[in-house]
Amino acid sequence: MKSDVLIAPDHLEKSSRAALREQIRGAAEVVVIPALALVGALALFGVFVALFGKNPLDLYFYMYQGAFGTWFSWQNTLTRAAPLILTALCTALPAQLGMVIIGGEGALLMGALAATSAALALPGAPPLAVQVAMACAGMITGGLWIALSGALRQYRGVNETISSLLLVYIALALLNHLVEGPMRDPTSLNKPSTSEIGAANMIGTIPGTDVHWGFAFGIIAAVLSYVLIYHAVFGFAARVAGGNLRAAKVVGLSVSRLILIICFLAGAAAGLAGMVEVAAVQGRTNANLAAGYGFTGILVAFLARQNPLAVIPVAILLGGIGASGGLLQRRLGLPDASVLVLQGMIFIAVLASDSLYGRLPFFARKGGA
Amino acid sequence: MTFDPLSRRRLLQGTAALTVATTVPLRAAFAKETTIGFIYVGSRDDYGYNQAHAQGAAALKKLSDIKVVEEEKVPETDAVEKTMESMINLDGATLLFPTSFGYYNPHMIKIANKHPKLRFEHCGGLWTDKDPKNAGSYFGYIDEAQYVSGVVAGHSTKSGKFGFVAAKPIPQVLRNINAFTMGAKLANPKATLQVIFTGDWSMPVKEAEATNSLIDQGVDVVTCHVDGPKTVVENAARRGAMVCGYHVNQATLAPQAYLTGAEWNWEVLYPRFVKMFTAGETIPNFYRGGLKEGLVKVSPYGSMVSEAARKQADDVKAKLSDGSYVIFKGPLVDNKGKTVIASGVNRGQTDPELEKMDYLVDGVIGATS
Repeated sequence: MKSDVLIAPDHLEKSSRAALREQIRGAAEVVVIPALALVGALALFGVFVALFGKNPLDLYFYMYQGAFGTWFSWQNTLTRAAPLILTALCTALPAQLGMVIIGGEGALLMGALAATSAALALPGAPPLAVQVAMACAGMITGGLWIALSGALRQYRGVNETISSLLLVYIALALLNHLVEGPMRDPTSLNKPSTSEIGAANMIGTIPGTDVHWGFAFGIIAAVLSYVLIYHAVFGFAARVAGGNLRAAKVVGLSVSRLILIICFLAGAAAGLAGMVEVAAVQGRTNANLAAGYGFTGILVAFLARQNPLAVIPVAILLGGIGASGGLLQRRLGLPDASVLVLQGMIFIAVLASDSLYGRLPFFARKGGA
Repeated sequence: MTFDPLSRRRLLQGTAALTVATTVPLRAAFAKETTIGFIYVGSRDDYGYNQAHAQGAAALKKLSDIKVVEEEKVPETDAVEKTMESMINLDGATLLFPTSFGYYNPHMIKIANKHPKLRFEHCGGLWTDKDPKNAGSYFGYIDEAQYVSGVVAGHSTKSGKFGFVAAKPIPQVLRNINAFTMGAKLANPKATLQVIFTGDWSMPVKEAEATNSLIDQGVDVVTCHVDGPKTVVENAARRGAMVCGYHVNQATLAPQAYLTGAEWNWEVLYPRFVKMFTAGETIPNFYRGGLKEGLVKVSPYGSMVSEAARKQADDVKAKLSDGSYVIFKGPLVDNKGKTVIASGVNRGQTDPELEKMDYLVDGVIGATS
């Protein structure tokens, strides 16, 4: 939304006022409908919890407290959201072209491996140089991993959803092989791992918080993606191709190039998430990296309706659900699976609410505007 | 609207009061009792590793002035750091048991450094002088119980073939496989044991396939080392094979097929630790023990176990319990014909060489890589 539209001077013509009202109404619709879906899902979850003999009001209180109630809870939420923003972009970017990429987990793992290799290949280099090398290695490897799916689709007609998913298993097998074989630190006895990248090379936390830099990287990447998709010629071309492939070809757009570049950028975001997991959390690569961030990212992207900017609040929401899940287990004695039930309810509610667009009387277009 | 300093200050005061109001009553409520946090990597009713710890936690709930908070299915990422801190900040926990191997380094070490006044106890790690003094690691020599299981299995088999479904070829697992095999060979010198590695700790589909394939090869006693033995036990029993359990007693899953099993005995250790903690004594940073110390136990024998088997197993168990028996003693040859422990060398339970085990003893069919 542009701010200059909001402070429209009085002498504007009637038609542009109507247009403005239309724009605000449209923006409100995009916010209100998912919010209604969220409230609906929470209410449904309250009923579910009540069936187990727990008080739903306690549930809402603990969820709020665990996710946003204290400064600690906020940091907990943002830390959990950090990798999700980046992995969600791995699905949201190709979606602009009408592609459904669900292999962010594979790009994350490959990015983590490459970032670790880069750090181990540069012993004694200044930390900043090592960190930059790790980020580049992670992004390039992750990017190539998803670009491979894009290329298979464009040149060989392989469905990109299937290929990107299968590439996850290949990445995991590769990671396990390297970590338990050639790259194994011989002192990692009962937990096969690579050597550590060294404490000096860790990227640390955002000053004054406990939240690592991955969160800031995620915000930057999401904003850049938004600008690229909605305010750049390249993004416009991508959306045209996503809307109608044949039309895009007729007007002379290089669809192959678009697919490869967008897939590369998508994979680079997930690869960066892998680099951050190594450089801010684990300090080395091992099987712990396959924590499913890539898969939760798919959920985030779909809930954000593939809008790179909306990915940020949705990731924070899911981070908050994760953060409060622990408190629900401890205070209400709910099993861990209850959080999955809630996630599922939100997912279904938001997807189902898609059919409400343009149908709620409050948002209905008036006249022929 | 004007912002005079007073109202801004009031606002800040109000916010501060709110924060205090939400946190203080929680802490005050637990001031008299000691709050202990347990964190599990899987679900606490998995008939396996996590259930064993949950049974230990349940033993603590019976003590007065002890409050136990639990969280299950916490991944080995920064999620576990946040769970620990959430238990500290929101529940007032002062003693924490993050029970999964991958929680140790860097996660528990990091939080222990950050909260030097609290106590952290980890299962399976190898605490060294470099680690924080308020952290500790404990583990049980469960290979002693496996050895006794092996003796019972050796007497019970008809085909002389045993099967072992294992997660990864790491020292702790290899030690169990070897101890079981050596126990079985004590009763039945010609016995062989086929091992299948599934590659990860919780892979129910692969575990079921491995069990079936072992039985197809003529194996008539199956045992395992995976996080949740339920799949293996139930499948083996369904196919008419006998089973030896692991982690906890699985007799209820297969009453007709359950010979015996190697169990953890955290119900004994945890109250011991907590008594030391509440009395203000220091829990040893490195704590190990087997049958003698009561950290592990052998499941009660099934009704089909013969008198001869009971007698020899009880005899071995008695010697292990008084510390007069050494399992890993030379000459010991691995399954490639190499001497791994020279003649005359006794490797007692506390021998650090055993923590690095990388071989399978003679009689095991399978390879470590």
